[in-house]
Amino acid sequence: MTAAPYRRPLKRRLQSAGLWLATFLLMLVICLPGLWVMLSAFRPNREILAKPPIWIPTELTLNNFAKIFGFGSEQVGIPVTAYFVNSMVIALTSTFIALIIGMAGGYAFARYRFRFKGGIFLGLMLFRAVPGIALSLPIFMMWSRLGLIDTQMGLIIIYVSLNVPFTIWLIDGFFRQIPMSLSEAAQVDGCTPWQAFWKIEFPLARSGIAAAGVFAFLTSWNEFALASQLTRSTDSKTLPVGLMDFTAQFTIDWAGMCAMAVIIIIPALIMTFLVQKHLVAGLTFGGVKG
Amino acid sequence: MAEITLRGVEKHYGTMRVVHGIDLTIAHDEFVVLVGPSGCGKSTTLRMIAGLEDITGGTISIGDRVVNDLPPRKRNISMVFQNYALYPHMNVRDNLGFGLKIAGESAATIAARVAEAAEILGLTPLLDRTPAELSGGQRQRVAMGRAIVRHPDAFLFDEPLSNLDAKLRGQMRAEIKKLHQKVRTTVVYVTHDQVEAMTLADRIVVMRDGAIEQVGTPMQVFHHPRSTFVATFIGSPPMNLIPATVMGGSLRLADATTVPVPARLRAAVRDGQAVTLGIRADDISPVGHGLGEVREGVALPLTVTLAEPLGTESLIYTQIAGQEVLAKLYGARLVRPGEVLSFQLALDRAHLFDAATTLSLEA
Repeated sequence: MTAAPYRRPLKRRLQSAGLWLATFLLMLVICLPGLWVMLSAFRPNREILAKPPIWIPTELTLNNFAKIFGFGSEQVGIPVTAYFVNSMVIALTSTFIALIIGMAGGYAFARYRFRFKGGIFLGLMLFRAVPGIALSLPIFMMWSRLGLIDTQMGLIIIYVSLNVPFTIWLIDGFFRQIPMSLSEAAQVDGCTPWQAFWKIEFPLARSGIAAAGVFAFLTSWNEFALASQLTRSTDSKTLPVGLMDFTAQFTIDWAGMCAMAVIIIIPALIMTFLVQKHLVAGLTFGGVKG
Repeated sequence: MAEITLRGVEKHYGTMRVVHGIDLTIAHDEFVVLVGPSGCGKSTTLRMIAGLEDITGGTISIGDRVVNDLPPRKRNISMVFQNYALYPHMNVRDNLGFGLKIAGESAATIAARVAEAAEILGLTPLLDRTPAELSGGQRQRVAMGRAIVRHPDAFLFDEPLSNLDAKLRGQMRAEIKKLHQKVRTTVVYVTHDQVEAMTLADRIVVMRDGAIEQVGTPMQVFHHPRSTFVATFIGSPPMNLIPATVMGGSLRLADATTVPVPARLRAAVRDGQAVTLGIRADDISPVGHGLGEVREGVALPLTVTLAEPLGTESLIYTQIAGQEVLAKLYGARLVRPGEVLSFQLALDRAHLFDAATTLSLEA
């Protein structure tokens, strides 16, 4: 005699199906624009603009990419390579500096007592709450006097100042989780305080520092509003600003724009993936009381 | 050879004085336990010896070097922390060898010394695990292994067993004692647990409010407490303290009961002096149930308020002159609340303290 296989009650199954449907619709809303950009990057302009729209691409091509990088038959007069280099230089440099300051600051907030500590911390967080664009006019005026308009340095300084409060806050949290006694044990074991930091505390906070770095990189990489005001030429224009070059007075080169958008998205996507891995992994503190 | 000497050691945090004027000499190979309630300055004193806290006043010497201004790494000591402080990103082998590696020892020396320490502590099968994969007792042993592997002048222990459950604590206590017998080195051990202090120490240093209350062997501290504080802190259950007044060679208690002044203390008291009679639960028993032969005693009829049978003995709560007092009954007789029994007080083992100074009246 075989028992009938267990079946969940109908109501439960309906609920479950409803939930999946809702999730699917939500994800559709979130993902569709990105998917459309991705698809369009590989389609010719006429197919993108076709009316009625062509949902399923009939031909896929790498022409759009060849074109924006200056290969192939068609060429676009937009210096994408220069923009890419600018974006990389600005994002990486500002991230590196923000991380160095964030580590020093985060460590200080986590480990030391000093006057006005709470006030300074609150100040940093409040600064973070100010929308960057609200500062654009004063920054523009200062930068024009200092000759920083249309320079990589000009943007690097701004991105460092945007990112530092965040990196300090995040790294502070990670150092706080590392018991003081680990550094003390290392010093009793023969380390200088500096060695104790690099050999014990830094490796333990590494995933937090990496996460802070990725967030800082993404902020700089994606920032548009301030960059659009402070950059003029291939000397400093970043990719998001460069994207606007595709809008001419009468036409918009959607295909090229989408191809370039893909170029912007891919590093961001890789970085986001890394962040998620680090944040989810967290730290295992087996060395201290569990 | 490493004798540790503290002279007039003080620690202030701003205006708060945490440790005032500690004078203590710890002999080579001696196992000294600093014991006291939380906030008595024992951990701070240990951390000053380790170099993890600045010394506000006085001097600390290890061997013949004054170490006041030396960083921890130059003091040649090792320390076991309350939370073990194992490096979570290294396996047991690297945890043990870390100090040697920093000191620039050769790989062969490190391997040999790690193997030696692992052997002593039974860690050999665990060398490739990370701290997260160890049990509490194993982590504790790794922490001790990290301490012995460098052959330091002294071991410092900061409440090393307080994170373990009671059973494991007993085991590790024995292991620490064995370890000290194998690896003869000066040990300074901090705990708030008087049982640990009694069982481990060559000498106990009882601390209170940043100062030393009494220094002595466990037996001295137990049998000759210098003050009511030591009397109640060392020993379990705490010594019973009963206020009394000396009157014509007797102690008059609050309810006018009189008890003779113990013979050996007769010369130490004067008439009219307010004193505290101290007597341990072990020295109060119903007549015929335990004390055996009492050289000098007094019998009082007392009412049992509560009895806690512990198997071979029972802890009995009763009252003397309105004061709750603990007594012990040896043997398996059941006692019920409300029963009135004649209790024998062994006065030859009783103590008298001055009520005003709380100091012992024993010479």
